[in-house]
Amino acid sequence: MVSLDEKHQKRRRKGFSSQEMKEMLSGYLYISPFFIIFAIIGLYPAIFSLILAFQKWNGMGEMEFVGLSNFQVILSDPLFWKSVYNTIILGLMGTAPQLVIGLILAFLLNLSYLRFKAFFRVTIFMPYITSMVAVALVFSVFFSNNETALVNYIIGLFGFDPVSWKTSEWGAKIAISTMVFWRWLGYNTIIYLAGMQSIPNELYEASRIDGASIFQQLRYITIPLLKPFIILTVFFSTVGAMQLFTEPTVFLGNTAFARDEAMTVVMYLYRDAFRLSSFGTASAAAIVLLLFIVVASAFNMMLTKRLGKDGGKHV
Amino acid sequence: MKSDVGSKKWGIGRIGMYLFLTVISLFSLFPFYWMFVMSTSHSSAYNSIPPAMVPGDQLKENFQKVLDMIPFFQSMFNTLIVCLTVTIVVLFISSLAGFAFSKLKFPGKNILFFAILFTIIIPPQLGLIPQYLLVAKAGLLDHLFAAMVLFFLNPLGIFLMRQYVSESVPEELIEAARLDGCSIFRIYRSIVLPIILPAFATLGIIVFTSVWGEFLWQFTVLRDPESYTIQVALASLNNTFKVDFGMLLSGVFWATVPLLIVFLLFNKLFISSIAEGSVK
Repeated sequence: MVSLDEKHQKRRRKGFSSQEMKEMLSGYLYISPFFIIFAIIGLYPAIFSLILAFQKWNGMGEMEFVGLSNFQVILSDPLFWKSVYNTIILGLMGTAPQLVIGLILAFLLNLSYLRFKAFFRVTIFMPYITSMVAVALVFSVFFSNNETALVNYIIGLFGFDPVSWKTSEWGAKIAISTMVFWRWLGYNTIIYLAGMQSIPNELYEASRIDGASIFQQLRYITIPLLKPFIILTVFFSTVGAMQLFTEPTVFLGNTAFARDEAMTVVMYLYRDAFRLSSFGTASAAAIVLLLFIVVASAFNMMLTKRLGKDGGKHV
Repeated sequence: MKSDVGSKKWGIGRIGMYLFLTVISLFSLFPFYWMFVMSTSHSSAYNSIPPAMVPGDQLKENFQKVLDMIPFFQSMFNTLIVCLTVTIVVLFISSLAGFAFSKLKFPGKNILFFAILFTIIIPPQLGLIPQYLLVAKAGLLDHLFAAMVLFFLNPLGIFLMRQYVSESVPEELIEAARLDGCSIFRIYRSIVLPIILPAFATLGIIVFTSVWGEFLWQFTVLRDPESYTIQVALASLNNTFKVDFGMLLSGVFWATVPLLIVFLLFNKLFISSIAEGSVK
């Protein structure tokens, strides 16, 4: 209570004492590193990108103001729209199953009577610590174009013909979304698990006495109460999916920027900037991407919120 | 209403549940095992039907091929330097700012804090081109400093540290130190720092693993193989027309093992840190 009294005393006095002054200066000093670094490598580049989107520039000579023509160029480029389409499809295929299965896994891992909990938790989480590059390389061997590729061998057992995973429209998408699924499943499971541990056990016990099945518990207790965590993972996954770059690039290797089956928006803008030296259109693509991210996250958040409400109504 | 399925011991439901968990576990583990199998096999093993499932005898040979292709140890060392430096810098910046936001009084505190949180939503690709130009202009292409500098910005770190300082450093302790005439930096160093060390482990793990796996930015600013981080070096292994899979996965395997061992040793701390970092 001493500090509270002091606060009042200080407030009554006008101006700042030397000690308060010191504290203020220290405060600003201690938070300044973030702002200084942000100004140089965050804010300045963001503004520069905005300006660059309206210029024609190859990185060397003079910039030339071209109005909206960069946006016109990319918006009328079929490859750009293909990359948008790829990004959305890969996002859906890679993240939706991950979130659903992650939810089920977390629910099971949270059951009080489950044995070998620690083992399952560690193994399911393990893929997350491998780097995206490592994952993409391992899966590039699983899903190689060879007829003897492991995945071709496995689907062969079920009577399917071998697939050219790296050079076919759906082959590349299936391969890439599988690796995204593999790496992030455990991560989402752990987040859901953290959320579920905050739901009181009595709720489950009461429902069990009422004769609710596991699926009813999942639907009417877990999902509604987990809503904030689901929103969080949907948000992370949406933003991550829209920025997909490493997996397709590394998976395809030297053909990454030459083919269009798995070209994502970030790959498109990377190619414009660093392969074609067209910095203006690349920056325009970056800005369109930013808009897409905002729209996609807003849309998905709305969807997720409705999901929670539906569950609530039935209860 | 259904009967008591959830609690029946060893009914169909429970067996199905363990089966499902086991399948997912195997699915998670298999690529690790198979990475090892391929890294020890002759590249012809890849073409065998059925595919090779037991380790071969080419462990050394495959790794030697990796060493012929990329400066593996140099890249690992570069990555270690980058990760450690970024982690230390982020811990320092975040704890200092977290302390200031939580315990010091200065005008505009809340607005500034929300400004920091707001920067989370700026996607890193937005500034990629100017950031590259900036680094190029400063003559820092191929320098490890360039590979680090982007990751010094960590709004999440400041958020976590502020949270942790507020929760675990009692106001009375700071008041007492003030009355004793401690300088503010002294309070940070001798009182706050020792208390928040556990949070350093949490944030340190988050930062270290995320920088370890970073690719796009490094791929953009590091062009000289001697400056490659391990991710860029590994990706370059897949860039030739005819790839030797045994060699490729040998590189991936040896680059994955160190972090894997650390993870297995400290798995509880790892998992809780990553969860905490996302959920808070």
